[in-house]
Amino acid sequence: MDFRGKRVVIFGERDGVPAPAIAACLTAAGAEVIYSVTECFV
Amino acid sequence: MADPIVKATACVLVHAPSFVRYGSKPTREIAGGGEPVLASIEAHLRSFDQAVAYPPNQVFIGNLHPDRLNDIDPPWTDHPIEGASPSGPFGEIVSERTFIGLLKAADEFDLVWLDTETAPGFLEAVEGSPFQNRTDLEKRILPGIAIERILEKIATQGSLPLYHAGRIIGCIHRHHDQDESLTAPILLENLMTKASGALALQHLLTHADGTAEDIDFVLSCSEEAVGDRYNRGGGSIAKAIGEMCGCIHATGCDIKAFCVGPVYAILHAASLIKAGVFKRVAVVGGGCLAKLGMKFKGHVAHNLPILEDVLGAIAFLVTEDDGETPIIRLDSIGRHTIGSGSSQQQIMEALVLNPLDRIGKKVTDIDRYATELHNPEVTVPSGSGNVPLNNYRMIAALAVLRKEIDRSGIDAFVASRGMPGFAPTQGHIPAAVPFLGHAIGDIKAGKIENAMFLAKGSLFLGRMSQLSDGLSFLLEKNPRAR
Amino acid sequence: MDSENQAAIKKLVEETGAENLVVVLGSANMDLAEIAARTVTVGDPGFAGPLAGVSLRLPVYHILEPEVKAAVPAEVYEQQAGFMELIVDTDAIGKRLAEVRRSAGLSA
Repeated sequence: MDFRGKRVVIFGERDGVPAPAIAACLTAAGAEVIYSVTECFV
Repeated sequence: MADPIVKATACVLVHAPSFVRYGSKPTREIAGGGEPVLASIEAHLRSFDQAVAYPPNQVFIGNLHPDRLNDIDPPWTDHPIEGASPSGPFGEIVSERTFIGLLKAADEFDLVWLDTETAPGFLEAVEGSPFQNRTDLEKRILPGIAIERILEKIATQGSLPLYHAGRIIGCIHRHHDQDESLTAPILLENLMTKASGALALQHLLTHADGTAEDIDFVLSCSEEAVGDRYNRGGGSIAKAIGEMCGCIHATGCDIKAFCVGPVYAILHAASLIKAGVFKRVAVVGGGCLAKLGMKFKGHVAHNLPILEDVLGAIAFLVTEDDGETPIIRLDSIGRHTIGSGSSQQQIMEALVLNPLDRIGKKVTDIDRYATELHNPEVTVPSGSGNVPLNNYRMIAALAVLRKEIDRSGIDAFVASRGMPGFAPTQGHIPAAVPFLGHAIGDIKAGKIENAMFLAKGSLFLGRMSQLSDGLSFLLEKNPRAR
Repeated sequence: MDSENQAAIKKLVEETGAENLVVVLGSANMDLAEIAARTVTVGDPGFAGPLAGVSLRLPVYHILEPEVKAAVPAEVYEQQAGFMELIVDTDAIGKRLAEVRRSAGLSA
């Protein structure tokens, strides 16, 4: 998977990988984060 | 000065099946799906006796140790505890009939009207309640209001019908038709928090030495927003609850921090004690109407009873060291700071490893961990996973990173230092602290030396920050205890 | 995936198109991750939210999939997500997400 030039939508999870952590990974991989939200299931 | 102690604990449940329809999720689903949704909810409600005999509820009020749940095959709904009592060492499970009487006892503004036919029954149910004497209660509850007037208020004035045993038994009024903070549903939410919180505080006072008048500060960690249109969430439910319990010498205020609220409140209480500002601080959290029936769709789909039919309420008395009771080590506070970072490892390091490093302990030096103790039987059927198990695996993973255990030892770590979740999914209520009463007992009995309490909060839900939150503390055997 | 998030992603696709758009998930719960993945490919499996019957066919990945890990600088990945590899079966997540992509007609 090549994230360079991709626009990404992030659904993180509070007890999994939260959205800001995913965003840090994907920005470093060359993607542009256009929507990012962390879900909480409790 | 020595570190403070949690002198007494109270955990109560309110069985409130007729209020499930007013939980946030059921309200939205009923609005969208109408009568069939409501009928399906009503077909899956439990009786009071079923709620009492449900094993996790017995753990919550202290009649069973959390470890006992490991011996009961899931689903726990199929294994009611024989001869279960609604009273336990930490509190009780009260019926809806009693609670409706308590709502009226909590109602200082005649917001709630009960109909003339059923009002005497609610008076009878709440009789013997320590909140008010019989004459005062009678004045509030009797003679009730004619059902025609109640129905008219509902039809024309924005009042919300109150149900019990399948019929309308009263209503709650809005205060003002142009104040969205004082609509009938919001006033109901707040009044239910007040009444259930007062029930928990009253139990605490019954268990503790001393009286209501000896309490000098009340901190609420409830999930509600008491206020008006100019100050939404202005407060203070803490003083409203303290007033209802007769804590006339106490002042107080509310602590807000999503699901970490109770841990922050205990930190504040302990710090105020240690600073010598107060001697006896009560932390109280009333129940949360919005969370009733939150996962009902999962329960209905699996033909389980709707397990979120109870409000949970908690109270803790924090005092100076008595030389016996386990202490809250104030040098052990684990904090998820604004700069801690948001990855799971950063959060868990902030809450577990950093404080342990500070006091020179290893992950495996802690005998028990209390994390958010959501009952998995509530969350798993709706696909939300087993929250405590997931968190215990993360704590075990920290021990792996520190090379204290092997990766293959994660399950054994979780089995011996964790526990099954048993708390209702009321947001703040599962925040580790329902284990406090059990932990104090286990430490006093010499079964364990210490227990760490940690909770996480989802600040991002309020859309003001992407931050998570978390706080932890260590409860430890009193160094002066024999 | 809740209704609000379904509505948000639907609106995003309507307004900006699906070109070069990728969805990345972070749930530690495999069942939830799979449901979310199905929701943004073939539509809400629960037929309840705004994406019920809406087939967006967006490429969807999980941050803990080996394929995603390989695309992220190792140091960043280690700091932000690596810890969860101790908790979650990453190969299993990769297989389940690949299956969702395949069944939606996307390259696995």
